[in-house]
Amino acid sequence: MTTEILIWLIPLPPLLAFFLILLFTRRNNALSHTVGVAAAAISWLLGMLVFMAALGVDHFGEHVFASAINWLPLADGFLSIGVMIDPLSAIVLFFVNWTVLMIFIYSIGYHNFGQPKGDHDHPGLPPHGAKDAKHPGHTVPSVEPMYARFFAFIALFAFGMYTLVVSDNLLTLFVGWEIMGLCSYLLIGFWYAKPSARDAAMKAFMTTRIGDVFMLLGIVALYAATGTLNFRDILYNAEVLDMLAHSPSFIGGLSLAGLISILLFIGTVGKSAQWPLHVWLPDAMEGPTPVSAMIHAATMVSAGIYMVLRMFPLISAGWHHGELTTAMTIMAFIGAFTALFAATIAVAQRDIKRVLAYSTISQLGYMIAALGIGAYVAAAFHLVTHAFFKALLFLGSGSVIHGVEHGVLHTGDHKVDPQDMFNMGGLKDKMPITFWTFLIGGLALSGFPLLTSGFWSKDEILADAFAHGHFAVFIVLALAALLTAFYTMRQITLTFLGKPRTKEAEHASENVPAMTVPLVVLSVFAVAAGWVGIPEHFPLIGGLLPNWFHHFLGGALLEHPSAVDFNWIPLIVSLVVALGGLGLGYLVYRNAGQTDPLRKALGPVYTLLENKYYFDELYQRIFVKPAQAFSENFSYRFLDGVVIDGLLHRAARGAMGLGLIFRNKFEGPVIDYAADLLARITQAVGRLLRILQTGQVQQYLLWVALVVFGGFFYYLLNILQ
Amino acid sequence: MQIPYLLSAIVLLPILAGAVMLFLPPKNRDLIYRFALGAAFVTFLLTLAVYFGFDAAGPQYQFIEDYAWLPALGISFKLGVDGISAPLVLLTGVVIFTGVIISQRIEDRVREFFAFLFILASGVFGVFVALDMFALFFFYEIAVFPMYLLIAMWGWKQTREYAAMKLTLYLFVGSVIALVGALAMYFASGLNTFDMTLLATANFSPAFQNLWFPFVFFGFAVLGGIFPFHNWSPVGHVAAPTAVSMFHAGVLMKLGAFAALRVGIMLLPIGAQTHMWWIILLTLVNVVYGAFIAMTQTDFKYMIGYSSVSHMGLVAMGFATLDYNGLVGASVQMVSHGVMTALFFAVVGMIYDQAHTREIPKLGGLMKIMPFAGVGFIIGGLVSMGMPGFSGFIAEFPIFMGLWAANYPWIAIISVVSIAVTAAYILRAVGQVFFGELPADLEGHMHDVKPSEKLAIGILCFIMIAIGIYPNVIMPMVQHGVNAVLALLGGA
Repeated sequence: MTTEILIWLIPLPPLLAFFLILLFTRRNNALSHTVGVAAAAISWLLGMLVFMAALGVDHFGEHVFASAINWLPLADGFLSIGVMIDPLSAIVLFFVNWTVLMIFIYSIGYHNFGQPKGDHDHPGLPPHGAKDAKHPGHTVPSVEPMYARFFAFIALFAFGMYTLVVSDNLLTLFVGWEIMGLCSYLLIGFWYAKPSARDAAMKAFMTTRIGDVFMLLGIVALYAATGTLNFRDILYNAEVLDMLAHSPSFIGGLSLAGLISILLFIGTVGKSAQWPLHVWLPDAMEGPTPVSAMIHAATMVSAGIYMVLRMFPLISAGWHHGELTTAMTIMAFIGAFTALFAATIAVAQRDIKRVLAYSTISQLGYMIAALGIGAYVAAAFHLVTHAFFKALLFLGSGSVIHGVEHGVLHTGDHKVDPQDMFNMGGLKDKMPITFWTFLIGGLALSGFPLLTSGFWSKDEILADAFAHGHFAVFIVLALAALLTAFYTMRQITLTFLGKPRTKEAEHASENVPAMTVPLVVLSVFAVAAGWVGIPEHFPLIGGLLPNWFHHFLGGALLEHPSAVDFNWIPLIVSLVVALGGLGLGYLVYRNAGQTDPLRKALGPVYTLLENKYYFDELYQRIFVKPAQAFSENFSYRFLDGVVIDGLLHRAARGAMGLGLIFRNKFEGPVIDYAADLLARITQAVGRLLRILQTGQVQQYLLWVALVVFGGFFYYLLNILQ
Repeated sequence: MQIPYLLSAIVLLPILAGAVMLFLPPKNRDLIYRFALGAAFVTFLLTLAVYFGFDAAGPQYQFIEDYAWLPALGISFKLGVDGISAPLVLLTGVVIFTGVIISQRIEDRVREFFAFLFILASGVFGVFVALDMFALFFFYEIAVFPMYLLIAMWGWKQTREYAAMKLTLYLFVGSVIALVGALAMYFASGLNTFDMTLLATANFSPAFQNLWFPFVFFGFAVLGGIFPFHNWSPVGHVAAPTAVSMFHAGVLMKLGAFAALRVGIMLLPIGAQTHMWWIILLTLVNVVYGAFIAMTQTDFKYMIGYSSVSHMGLVAMGFATLDYNGLVGASVQMVSHGVMTALFFAVVGMIYDQAHTREIPKLGGLMKIMPFAGVGFIIGGLVSMGMPGFSGFIAEFPIFMGLWAANYPWIAIISVVSIAVTAAYILRAVGQVFFGELPADLEGHMHDVKPSEKLAIGILCFIMIAIGIYPNVIMPMVQHGVNAVLALLGGA
């Protein structure tokens, strides 16, 4: 039970930090980052304790840590929320723990803690630097104007991520998911005074939101079908899975399980930036350079993969290692396509962070494709290794940018883009720690054989695809791997090797330990994280270390997955693409000037890649503009303005017209006439009577006499008859 | 513990306060304002007593009071609240209190303004607590009439007469149509009573119900803004002064939805079951269409006005599912949307009072100047987009659940698009107005909002967050009410 309490506590310190910073410590930078880092450290400690406890449980997959409380009352009783750590969430918790803590520490250095306040800095804009008091004429970096607020936002972000990881049900997972979406909006738009940052924040939020609403529908459908959202009740219950796989949905030919899986997967497509919802992630690089980029690389986008990993039993319901389910086929296709597609774009980017952004999209595609062909363990393994080495690369790129910014401050030429790799070169000697750690990360990303973690996880995916006869997926992924190695080496060569191409690069300098220490820590994992998952049948070194990862994670499934038999072909392919790509990248770029040698070689294809296949423009043209035109012209102006208001106004005019008709045709001629007639008759009678009315008493008496006499006469006549 | 005469006090207090106000010296604005604030506060406290005094395990209707009115015709002054109306009573209390708080800047004929506002409040309370159909119509008209004066006299000069006329005509025509249906029920029942608790047991024939249900439902749903009778509402919002907009969107539109439920669905359940499939289509139009139009608006108030059309569509949609979760979600959505739009209009009013423009592109950078209002607006925005952790999610999630369970998955799929569109226009507005660049002509003219206004914003935000994080503050009550409705529908 005590472990369960620890799990409940994991997300809380960052939430507390968020409120503490915003409400109390906002004005004090040192206090704010202390609160933030302390919160991350406490969560880290709690997470590690839980992880250790999980390691100590035999057959952990069957004896998970879980506890729940009632939250939202619905038709069939309460929707309970709770926490659960099983093998899958344990390993995700492990890498989230480390990466989050490293970001927090790194942020202190990145936001120039300890530096003076800038002379012209405004909240909402990146700091411009300050005059150095000791060395007149020199400019030094200045501290971020919204330093404390930054820590509040990433603390809230960490809360969202931890909530997602420890959730035992889809609803709270979704809560964490949305909190992160919101934080990503806040962090991408952190420098909100830059219009590009505002647009990017909006785009990110909107694009992921489209995925989210479909995911919400998937949740709704799942609840409607099963009456629960608890992972264990659905995913570890063969009966429920069987029922879902065999009941038809309202779309012909698709089972309920398939429909729900696809809806949920659309959520992942948004969150993990898969084609066709990939467009937001590269723009998200507008955020404070490495940190939000790192959030969008190692943690938040991993959440999308984590969700489909989590839902894998549902997605694969009815699969039984035979024909892929519809959802799996879709995932394999989208994943593989994205992996290659994004890798090609990455080849033609100049911005150091954008290369990494496209590389992230591509690697996430790898994981989706792996899951699509049923390589559950391999996908999860790649998720872990990727989180470490991509976090390392992003933080490294931030360090590079920061170093070049030093150079920019030195020369004072603010036209030089410190993120453009063609403005760099030769940074190896200026920034040795950044170089060596970046190299490790880059090699891991390329899948450099044996040593790096990326090799083991990528190789496992390729081997699995090959072994199960998914050759199309295998070839596409192998091509993507080749491109990955190529653009990674291109990046390393352009940035660190050769000679500095600009004065700014010449004056770049290494960063403070708050930034470099996290790089070193992460590079350890970028190498070692692979060693826990070496296949047992691998030649020579297989079996030296037990394939712990496979055994541990396999317990998260009802049916323990079997390991793939060793085959030389995928291994050779994976060696060739990794080494070939790296070599090619070095050869092409070792003497590059300020233009890309590929531009000449590829011609118009390069332009196409550079412009990301014009997807932004395409979406603008086929979705955004028509939607606006439709709502503006059709809905608002035509239907609301012309039809409905038109009818209304016509009805009003009609009523007025009717009134006029009544007045002129009926009120006047008929009613008034009748009334007048009555009046006239009365008048006539009056006139007649007036004759009688003379005012003389004797005359009246005469009339009376006449009447009396006439009456008498009448009476007489009657008697006589 | 149930305070005696509580509901009649709630209904009569505002109108009496309004009457007393008319005798205060017209020049003494402070006195009038303080009196209004005091009366609103007391009303608010009374509504709190209703909300927290309601026993979610007790009988369907509580706090019942019954006085003979016109016994010969079977008309009585019968009041009571169920689990659906009790939160709405509190909502009205909240909106009147916060509405008065932020009306400090009214300068023209202050006395009459507040008097009419309070009469309006009495009408609204009356509809929510009336158990007698005649009383319900009576209060309904009381609620509509001051609206006309408030908009026509204190509204935005350019459109106020048109808007006031449009609104009044729509609502009166709607209520007359509903009245025809109501009278049909009265005569057909043979019970010689307008008491709705008795009429609910009248067992009208299916043919009768099928014929009259559309009359009653649409007659009221006009005020709920159902497509294609929605179009008075945004115009009305724009023309109305801030507190009236808050009332209009926050409470008045719920009146329509609530009466459509109480008189339409609860008294003619078979008719409801027959007609719902096409009504749900209309509400789908509401939801999607309203959101798309809101996206194109550059006038802040029009944007919120059309977003209300969209969100009220969700309410009607939830009702139309006739499913447990759908009804629960719709009932919560009434409260959630009421608080949210009241907040939106309050903030927009605060901005307009200083900037004298509501054009979104002409505003900017207000986060630095009025951070509290900005954060409040963003919280309202998150509610509007159905973010988990806020009341909007607690409302919308069950509605979609209900749609799915009632076998309308396509409707659910199409209407979730509106949630994405909602995010688009809210974020666009937030991005421009609060984070964009402060236009030069506003420099130096804008100031932070007053502490009392912060209080109003704080109360509204608190409710939305409280429901979002701890739905149990409202759910048992609403479920209690919905169970009774479902019993009438013949379901479990």
